[in-house]
Amino acid sequence: MPREPSLESAAFRVHCRVPAILLTLPPLSGCASEGVIDPQGPVAAAERLILLNSTAIMLCVVLPVVILTLVFAWHYRGSNRAATYTPDWGYSGKIELVVWSIPAMVVILLSGVGWIGSHELDPGAPLAARAAPLEIQVVALDWKWLFIYPAQHVAALNELTVPIGTPLSFKITSGTVMTAFFVPQLGSQIYAMPGMTTRLNLLASAPGHYPGFAAHFSGDGFSDMRFMVHALPPAQYHAWLAEAASTGEVLDEQRYDALARAQATAAAHAFRAVPAGLFEHAIELAVQPGALASRPAAAVH
Amino acid sequence: MSAGAASILGRVEPGTARGHGGGGPASTRITVAYGFWIFLLSDIIMFSTLFATYAVLKGATAGGPDGRALFELKTVGYETACLLFSSYTCGIGFLSAERHRVELFYGCFAITFLLGAAFLGFEASEFARMVAMGAGPARSAFLSAFFSLVGLHGLHVTVGLLWLVYLVAQTAAFGLKDFVCRRLHCFSLFWHALDIIWVALFTLVYLMGVQ
Amino acid sequence: MFGRLNLAALPLNEPLDMVASGAMILGILFVLILVSAKGWWPSLWREWLTSVDHKRIGIMYVLLAMLMLCRGFIDALMMRTQQALAIGTAHGYLPPEHYDQIFSAHGTIMIFFVAMPFVIGLMNFVVPLHLGVRDVAFPVLNAVSFWLTASGALLVNVSLVIGNFSRATWLGFPPLSELKFSPDVGMDYYLWSLQISGLGSLLAGINMVTTIIKMRAPGMGYMRMPIFCWTALSSSMLIVAAFPVLTATYAMLLLDRYVGMHFFTNDGGGNAMLYFNLIWVWGHPEVYILVLPAFGIYSEIVPTFSSKTLFGYRSMVLATLGICIISFTVWLHHFFTMGAGADVNAFFGIMSMIIAIPTGVKVFNWLFTMYRGRLRFEVPLLWALGFIVTFVIGGLTGVLLAVPPADFVLHNSVFLVAHFHNVIIGAVLFGVFAGYNYWFPKAFGFVLDRRWGIVSFWCWLLGFYLAFMPLYVLGLRGMTRRLEHIPDPRWRPLLEIAEVGALLILAGLAALITQLVVSIRSRERRRDRSGDPWQGRTLEWSTPSPPPEYNFAVLPEVESVDAFWQTKRRRAAQGEPPPHYESIEVPANSPNGFITAFFAVVTGFALIWHIAWLAILGLACALLTLLGFGWFERHGRRIPAEELERVDRAHREQAAA
Repeated sequence: MPREPSLESAAFRVHCRVPAILLTLPPLSGCASEGVIDPQGPVAAAERLILLNSTAIMLCVVLPVVILTLVFAWHYRGSNRAATYTPDWGYSGKIELVVWSIPAMVVILLSGVGWIGSHELDPGAPLAARAAPLEIQVVALDWKWLFIYPAQHVAALNELTVPIGTPLSFKITSGTVMTAFFVPQLGSQIYAMPGMTTRLNLLASAPGHYPGFAAHFSGDGFSDMRFMVHALPPAQYHAWLAEAASTGEVLDEQRYDALARAQATAAAHAFRAVPAGLFEHAIELAVQPGALASRPAAAVH
Repeated sequence: MSAGAASILGRVEPGTARGHGGGGPASTRITVAYGFWIFLLSDIIMFSTLFATYAVLKGATAGGPDGRALFELKTVGYETACLLFSSYTCGIGFLSAERHRVELFYGCFAITFLLGAAFLGFEASEFARMVAMGAGPARSAFLSAFFSLVGLHGLHVTVGLLWLVYLVAQTAAFGLKDFVCRRLHCFSLFWHALDIIWVALFTLVYLMGVQ
Repeated sequence: MFGRLNLAALPLNEPLDMVASGAMILGILFVLILVSAKGWWPSLWREWLTSVDHKRIGIMYVLLAMLMLCRGFIDALMMRTQQALAIGTAHGYLPPEHYDQIFSAHGTIMIFFVAMPFVIGLMNFVVPLHLGVRDVAFPVLNAVSFWLTASGALLVNVSLVIGNFSRATWLGFPPLSELKFSPDVGMDYYLWSLQISGLGSLLAGINMVTTIIKMRAPGMGYMRMPIFCWTALSSSMLIVAAFPVLTATYAMLLLDRYVGMHFFTNDGGGNAMLYFNLIWVWGHPEVYILVLPAFGIYSEIVPTFSSKTLFGYRSMVLATLGICIISFTVWLHHFFTMGAGADVNAFFGIMSMIIAIPTGVKVFNWLFTMYRGRLRFEVPLLWALGFIVTFVIGGLTGVLLAVPPADFVLHNSVFLVAHFHNVIIGAVLFGVFAGYNYWFPKAFGFVLDRRWGIVSFWCWLLGFYLAFMPLYVLGLRGMTRRLEHIPDPRWRPLLEIAEVGALLILAGLAALITQLVVSIRSRERRRDRSGDPWQGRTLEWSTPSPPPEYNFAVLPEVESVDAFWQTKRRRAAQGEPPPHYESIEVPANSPNGFITAFFAVVTGFALIWHIAWLAILGLACALLTLLGFGWFERHGRRIPAEELERVDRAHREQAAA
C-alpha cells in the first residue's frame, strides 16, 4: 500500500477518533459515510480536524454564554426579590478587561489556526506522496463535467476515475459560466471560471465511490451537475484507462465544441484519442464572442 | 456612565447652536451644507468604484487599442484648463453671492457655464473620435472602463450645468435669499468636487495611460 | 412602440404564477376598493402619502417590510416544500426555471425589501425622538427615500404578473447574469428595482448621518446619546459608504446588458471576478447595516426591561464603531474558494474573526446589564433573550466559516445558508420584532397583545431551530445550496424536519398578524395614556403616545445618558418648573415623494422592457417634479405657543396620574 502522504498522516489517522460527543448526534453518526464528516483523503481529513477543533474552542465560550444568559434571566427575574438589585451599576473595569479578553484570545487562537491552515491547505500547493502526481484537467459545462487526462489522452464525462494514493493535480476551468468543483470527501472546492485556470490538489486515500458536484449555482440545470469519483487501486485504475483508450468515443475539437454548446446533462462515459491542447481550446472557446449559444429565456414566459 | 458625568465636550452653554449637542440642533445653513458634503463623499465612493474597475481592467484591451494609441494629451490639457478655471470663477461667483454683489455673481456664473460647456464639448469630440476609430465602449473591457469612468464625470458636469442654469434662474426670480444661497453653496461644493475628481482622473487615466 | 413588451409576458399558461398574480392583484384591488368605499382617500393623502413626518414615514417603512415579509416567506415555504418533495427521482412541483426565480426573489426581497425597510423604518421613527429633536435633517428627502424604496418593491412584484424575475440568485453573479446566459427580462427587473430602491436607501443614510451629527437636543453630547443612535449612526455611515459601490456595480452590469460593454462578460476582456469583489465590498457592510441597528434595539430593550442602566456604555460605543470600520475589510471571506492564495485568504479570514471581538463584547455587556437587574418578561425582552442564545450559535458558525480551509468544504453548502439565516433571523429579524413590540405603543397609543406576542415568539424561535439546524447537518453531509431536486434519499428525514420548522415559522408569522388584529380590535382596553408603558429610560417615552407632529413642545435639556430616566428621578425628587413655550414651525406636507416614486416606477418599467420613449418621458417627468417642487421656498406651518402648552400640560397630567 502506498505510503500515506506526510502532510496529513497524523490527521488522517485521527479521522476515526473524532470527539465522541459530536458523533453521538444521530444525523452525524449513523450516516457518517458522506460529506465533510467522512473524509477519504488527507486534505478532507485535515479540514475536518480544523472544523472540529475550531468548534470545540468556540464552544468553550458559547456554551457558558448560553447558560449564563438563561441563568441570569432566571435568577434576576422581577419576582425574585432575593436577588441583588443595583440599578445604577453600569461599569466595572475588571469585567471590561475580561469581556474584551475572552473574545480576543479565542480570535488569536483561531487566527493561528486560520493562518497555518490556509497555508498548509492552499489548494494550489502540490501534495507530497511517493506516487507521481496525476494531472487532470476539468472543464465545467452546461450542465456536465468533462475530465481530461492530458498525459493519457483520454477523457470522461461526469465520472472521474482516479488511482488511490496518487496526488491529483487538477487544472480547472469553465466552458460557460462560473461554477465550483467539489468532492466533499476528498476536500476543498474551488471555483471554475471561464477564461481562467484554477488549480486544486487532492488525494484519495481509500478505494470507494465519492459524489462530486457543482457547488456554485450555474443555471437551470445546476441540480443535475453531479459526477461520481471512482477511487480505484492502481491495477484497476490502469484497467479502466486501457479500456477508455481503446473503446471510448473520439473527443476531438469539433466533438468538444458540440458538447460545449449542448445545454443538457449527459450520461457518464469515456472518450479516447483526446488531442493535446484541448483544455486550452476549451478556455479560448469560452471567451470567444458568439461562440456559444445563448441560454434560452425563461420557459415560464 | 453615572448620572452627572460631564459630557465629553465639557460644560455646555445654552444658545450656542453648533449642533454638537452644545446648544441644540444646528442652523439650516450648516445642516444643508453638511448633508450635501456627506452626499459628495458618497459620490466620490461611487467614482472610486469605477477607478478601481479601471485599474483592474486597464490591461484588458482584447487585442484592441490601448491608452497610448488613443489618448491625446493636448485635448486633455484644454479640458483641464477649462475645468480648473471654471472652478475658480465658480468660487468667485459664490463669494460674490455671499456679499450680495449680484452683477459679479451673474458674470462669474455665466463664465463658469461657458467653461463647463467647453469642457463637455472637448470631451464629446474626444469620445466621437474614439468611437469613429472603432474604439467605442463595447470594443473591450478597457474601453468600457474608460468610457464609464470619464463618462460618469462628464455626466456629473452636465447635470452641474443644468443645475447652474436652474440656480441662476432662481436667483433672477427670488434674489439672493437664504434658501437660494444655501443651494449656491451646495453647487459650489459640487463643482469643486468634480474638479478634484478630474485631477485624479487625468492623472490616473490619461497621464499614466500614455506611458 | 412597446419595446419588448408583448402579451407573452403574461403568465397565461403558468397555473402557479396565475394564482400568485391573481391573489396579489385581488389583494391590491380589495385595499383600493375598501379605501374608496370608506372615503379615506383625502385623509390618506393628507396624513400619510404626502407626510414628511419621520414617524409616519417610519411606520410606512415598517408596513412595507411586513407586507414583503409575507411575500418573501411564501417564497421560502415554496422552496422548503420543493426540497422536501423532490428527493431521489421525484421532481417536486416546481420546474427549475420557476424554482430559480423563487430563490432569487426570496433573497432579494428579504434583504432589500424586508430587512432594510424594517431597520430604516425603526431608525426613522425612533432616532429624532431619541435625540430630542423634531424631525430628521431633511424631511422631504426622507419621504422621497421611502417612496423610492416602495417603488423598487412594486417593480419586483410587477415581475410576478408581467414578465418574470431574475434566475441568477439574489446577487446576480456574472457571467450567469450577463445577457448571454440570462437573456430575459428577469435580470433587468432585478437591476432596475434595486437601483431605484438603492438610491432611496442612500438618501436615507445621508439624512440619518446629518441628523445624528448635526441635530441633537441641547446638552446631548455624543456620549449622552442612546446607544441606538450610535448604532443608527454607524449603520447610516455604512449605507453612505457602501451603497454607491452597489449602484456603480449594477450600473456596470446594466451597461454590459444594454449597450454591450465588457465589464464582466466572458469575451472582450471582461472580468467576472471583479463583480464578486465589488458586490461583496457592498455586501458585507450591508449585513452590518442590518445588524447594527438591531444591536442598538437590544441595547435599549435590555436596560429598560432590567430596570437597570446599560453596562459598559463606552465600550458599547467603541465596539459599534469598531464593527463599523472593520466591516469594510472582510469582504473576501465570501469567496475564499476563488483561489486568491493563502496569504490573501488568511488576511481576510483573520479580519473576519477580529469582528467577532467587538460583537462578543456587546453580548457580554447585555448579559451584565441583566446581572443584578430586575427583569420584566415583556415580549420585547423575550425576543432579546431568544436573540442572545440564537445569535451566539450563528456567530460560532460564522467564525468557523472565517477559517479558510473550513470554508473550502462548507462554502455554498446549506451549512452556509443555515449560518446566515441564523444571524439574520436571530439578530436582525428578532431585533426588529422586538423593536416593533417595544415602540408600537409609542407609535399608536396602545400596547400590543402580550399573549399573542408570546405565541409568535415561541413559534418563530422553535420554528427557526427546526428549520435550520437540519441544514447545518446537511451541509456537513454534502448538500449544496440552491438545489431544485435532491439527489440523496438519505437526506429526506432532515429535509422533512426543516419543512416542519418552516410551517412553525408560518404559524409564528400568522400569530404576529393575529397579535396586530386582536390588539387593534381591543385597543381601548389596552390604551396607554402615560406615554411611558415600559418605564422607559430614553426621551421618546417623555412624549405622549402617539407624539404630536412636532415631538417635543420644548426641546429637552439633556444632562446625562438615559435622559428621561434622570428627568423622572428629578421630578420625583424635587419637582420641575413648567417650561417656557414658544411657537414653532413644522414642515408642510409634500407630494414630492409620492409623485417622484410614480415616475420612478414608470421609468423603471420602461427601461426593463426597452420602451425608449417611455423611459425618457418618465425620467423627464421625474426631473421636472424635482425641479418643480424645488422652485419655491418651502414654508412650514406655524404652531402657536398656546397649543404647545395645552398639549404638553395635558400630557404631564396624564403621565403624573
